[in-house]
This record gives sequence, structure tokens and C-alpha cells, in this order.
Amino acid sequence: MTVADPDRATRRVAATPPTRRVKDSRGYQVFRVVNVTVLLLVVGLVLYPFVNIVAQSFSSEGAITSGQVNLVPRGFNVETYRLVMSDSLFWVNYRNTVVYTVVATAIAMVLTTTFAYAISKKDLKGRSVLIGVAVFTMFFNGGLIPNYVLINELGMTNTLWAIVLPNAISVFNLLVMKAFFENLPAELEEAASIDGLTTYGIFFRIVLPLSKAVIATMVLFYAVFFWNSWFQAFLYLDRAELYPVTVYLRNMIAGATTSTSMGASADDAAQVAANIQAVTMVLTVLPIICLYPFLQKYFVSGVMLGSVKG
Amino acid sequence: MSALSSSGGASGSTGSALGGASEAAAVALEEQTPVRRPPRRTWRSALKRDWRLYSLVLLPLLFFAVFRYLPMLGNVIAFRRFRPGGSIFGDEWVGLRYFELFVNDPLFWNVFKNTLVLGALTLVVVFPMPIVLALLLNELRSKRFKRFVQTVSYLPHFISIVIVAGLVLQLTSAQGTINQLVQLFGGDSIPFMQQAEWFRTVYITSEVWQTVGWGTILYLAALTQVDENLYEAARIDGANRWKQTWHVTLPGIRPTMITLLVLNIGTFMAVGFEKILLLYNPLVYPTADVISTYLYRVGILSSNFSYAAAIGLFEAVIGLTLILSANAISRRAVGTSLW
Repeated sequence: MTVADPDRATRRVAATPPTRRVKDSRGYQVFRVVNVTVLLLVVGLVLYPFVNIVAQSFSSEGAITSGQVNLVPRGFNVETYRLVMSDSLFWVNYRNTVVYTVVATAIAMVLTTTFAYAISKKDLKGRSVLIGVAVFTMFFNGGLIPNYVLINELGMTNTLWAIVLPNAISVFNLLVMKAFFENLPAELEEAASIDGLTTYGIFFRIVLPLSKAVIATMVLFYAVFFWNSWFQAFLYLDRAELYPVTVYLRNMIAGATTSTSMGASADDAAQVAANIQAVTMVLTVLPIICLYPFLQKYFVSGVMLGSVKG
Repeated sequence: MSALSSSGGASGSTGSALGGASEAAAVALEEQTPVRRPPRRTWRSALKRDWRLYSLVLLPLLFFAVFRYLPMLGNVIAFRRFRPGGSIFGDEWVGLRYFELFVNDPLFWNVFKNTLVLGALTLVVVFPMPIVLALLLNELRSKRFKRFVQTVSYLPHFISIVIVAGLVLQLTSAQGTINQLVQLFGGDSIPFMQQAEWFRTVYITSEVWQTVGWGTILYLAALTQVDENLYEAARIDGANRWKQTWHVTLPGIRPTMITLLVLNIGTFMAVGFEKILLLYNPLVYPTADVISTYLYRVGILSSNFSYAAAIGLFEAVIGLTLILSANAISRRAVGTSLW
């Protein structure tokens, strides 16, 4: 593995410029100042929508409707939070999101690790067919309607299965895991097999314990995907108590756009929604934002694993 | 970029959340894994020796069969009249009837045009942005500042598309920040999401916001691989910093660029389905409605399954053709290929 560690990659880049620095030309000095300014601007533009939504979530309706809320809350209050959090449906949907995420991630991990392990064995007969079966689905899939018909036909509508099964294997994650398994030293498994362990024993007692890092990364990839997903639930669930929180939020937003799109730009319902929407968005995104700084490097290393020369 | 859901969202594959960079990585990995030819073995002896390995494959294969390949076969309803409650493969053969229907549907050609325009704008505007950002990041000397910019710019990638749509709608609303700025400079408040001529701008801007940071990862990795001696040689030849970038850095990351470009072309037809579905409303249909959203309304909301399946199949076949041709061209022209 050449660049499995993103920090190391970063360090290399950071280490190079000084060796290249003979004497900066006037023009390059100017460029460096401009560059830092531009990148600070990028940071500001990326963060602004989040800051804005947090400010709105603590603001009064009146301040938002009169267009006073940008970076700082106006008419500070936590009433909206109390309002949203007192909606029992919100909590039911939030719990659904947690349940769907946990179950879906567990299923996805079982299917992905077992398949990846099998196709990482270079002398397995039929290996290239198995890889082909998976990779082809990256470039061609059945499409919305046949999938919809299928899920209905399987009787999965309004059940957990419609959410957790149809996307249980991400081919990208599969290929990352396969690359990881391929890079494990073959000697370990050979030694284990001489000691009398079967393939199952090797897989569970040797390979999986050695793969904790990649497993953690994959769990994160899947968990974030399922936490954020909404369309599957939107399509296959039509009872509000089954919705994940993303669909709860979507319906709220859709309600607001519909009323403005009817031409009623001063519609009260839409304005109240702006206030509540902000709180719902903050509460939905909060777990991801809180965990993000700690988890970010694992995500990056996952992508790096995929680009590693095997 | 939801590359994996190349024909709409229902089975939008899990990987689509990971963005284009990741898929390129996955494919690059395929390309880079040398397949050592094992000694030929009969199926009987292979099964006898490796039956435990094969048993691990059964559940995943069942997944692919049911949730990936069965829907592909299900596309046969594009050629058959489908009756809800009847067979999932349709009841009666009608040939190309549904294809004729949509080819003669003026609404279809409008959404086809919108798909091409948004797809092209994505390629021209959204695709180059991560390259620029990666080059700028690469010029930073402060490792800490660089890491800070990277960490912040990756963030939108991890946010649910529903939140992104919510943020966009808030910012562009009548009392939102953008309209406050417009008014500050003496303009009149613009109802962005009610005017069709603004939709493309809003969509593309939000795409850049959401994808630019994460898109830099593979370019930054590629940048670390550029041979340091080439810079040395360029400097000795009197190349300034800009010329070094142009003649050394950019050629150095060209394989990565081409791979990502080919993958982007493959997703051309599936442009932004979920995001558009969340953002649009009837007032902006003239520019916002794309093939995938149109077939969603026709198929799911109006229950014209066969008609919508015909459109979906058409879209998926174009998508597959695009990626195959882009890959073939890139292999011929620059020797970079996905597989």
C-alpha cells in the first residue's frame, strides 16, 4: 500500500515546496497572498450555509421574514427547538433513522466482507466472473420503474426491508475491501491453514481481526450513506410513523416550496416553516457534524485505499 | 455525482454517496490489480477444494441477482403492457409501442434537452473545479492551514441531499441571504426558485458547493506522485512557477483527470435526479425537469409503468453507450482506460 495513510501523503506535499524554494519571484509572492485569500473565501463560502441555518434556528419568525438573519441569530429564542422536539413524530422518525442505519449497515457489512474475501482469492475459479457480475452493475442498472415494481411484488413496501436490502452492497466499498484483503500477507493464512483452520476459521479468526481499520472505514461509509438516504424511504414507505427523519424533513421543505410556488410569496405557512425547517435541519445534521472532525480521516483513507496499487 | 444510479434513483447504488472520486478509485483499482493466471482447474476440483469460499459468495450473489439483475430483466415491461397486480414482466407484447409514444412526445424532448444542458454544464463547470482547488491547495506551505481547508471543504459531501436542498431553498428564498445581497446592491428581490431561467445557475452552484472539496482527494494524491526531478529539470530550463504547473504538474495528474472525466461522462444522463426532485416545482419545470424526474412522475405518480420503463431503458442504454465510447476514445487517444 503506497498511500493508505492520507496524513503521510499530505506530509509529503507539505514537505516538497521548501526544497523547490530557491527565491520566490515577485509575482509568486503576490500569488501566494492571493491564494491564501481565495482559500479563506472558499472556507467561508462552504461554511456560510451552515452558520446561516444555525442562526435561523435560534431566531424569531419575524426576524427571518424581514430578512435580518444572516450570521447571527436575531430575536434569540429556543422556542422553535422546544416546538420541534415536542413533536412525537419527529422522535419516532429519528429513531427509525437510527434503526434503519444500524440494520442496513450490519447487513451491508456481512454481504460486502464475505464477497470481497472470496473474490480477493486470486486462484478461485470463476473469480473474474464474480468480479464482472459486481462491476457491471456500476455502469448499468435496471432503473427506477423495474425496481419499484420488484419491491412492490416482493411485498416489501412499508417494511424495513425496502430500505435496508436494495442497496446492501456498494460495489465501490466491495472493491476497496477486496484490495485490502489482497494486500494481507498470504503467509499468515497459509500458516493458519497448516495449523488446521478451515477457510471459515481463517476468515473469522485471522482475516477479520487484521482488517479492523478497513472494516471501521466501511462501516462509516455505509452508516453515513444510510443515515443520509431518503429516496428509498420516500418511494416505498407511505405511513408517516415509518419515515426516517430525512423524509420528515423533505416533507416539511416540500410543503414550504409548494406554498411559495403557488405564487403566495408572503404565505404565512411557508414563513413559519422556514423557522422550523432550520431547527429540523440542524437536529438532523448534528450527529454528522459532531462526529465529522474525528471521522474525516477514515473517510479519506477509504478513498485512498481504493486508489492504491495492488 | 450519482454515477452508480445510472438510470434513476430507485436503486441508486450505495456507492453514489461517495462521489465520483471514489468510483474512479474503485475502477483504477480494477485496472491496477494484475490478474495472475492461476493454473487451470476443473469445476469439480475447484468446488471440492474451495466450497467454503463459494459458500461465502452465495448471499451476496443472491443480492446481485434479485436487486440488480432481476430489475434489468424487468425492463422487458418497456415492450409489454404492464397491468398493476399482473405479472411483473407484463401481460401482453406490444413491441416498440411505448418507445414510439415517447419519441413523439414533445414533453419528452424538452426534458431530454434539459438533461443534456445540465449534464454539459456539470462537465464544463463542476468537473474542473476540484482540479483548480487541488492545485491551489498544493501551493500552500502551511500544512496546518492546508489540512484545515481540506477538512472544511469535504464537509458538504457528508450531508444528506435533503439538507443540501433545504439550505439552497433557504438561501435563495425571498428573505434569504442572496436576496439581501441583491437588495444591498440596489436590485429587486429575485424569486429564484420560481423563475425557470435561474434554475440552472442555482443547481450548478449548489453542485460546486457540494462536490468541489471531496473531488480534490484523488487529485491531491496524484499530485504527491509527480516526480520531483521533473520540477528540478524544469527550473534548470528556466521555467517559472506557472510554467512548471502547466508543463509538469498538469501532465502529471492527467491520468487521474481522464479517468474521472470518463466516469463523469458515464453519469451524464443521470444528472442530479434526487437533488432536482427535491428542488424543483412546476414553475421551473421548463428548465429543471430532466429525464429521470420526468419518468418518475410519469411512472410512479401516474402509474404508466411501461411508458416510464421505456424512457428509463432508453436513458440507461445511452448512459452505457456514453461510458463505453468515452473509455474507448480515452484509450485510443491518451492510453488511459477504466478497464
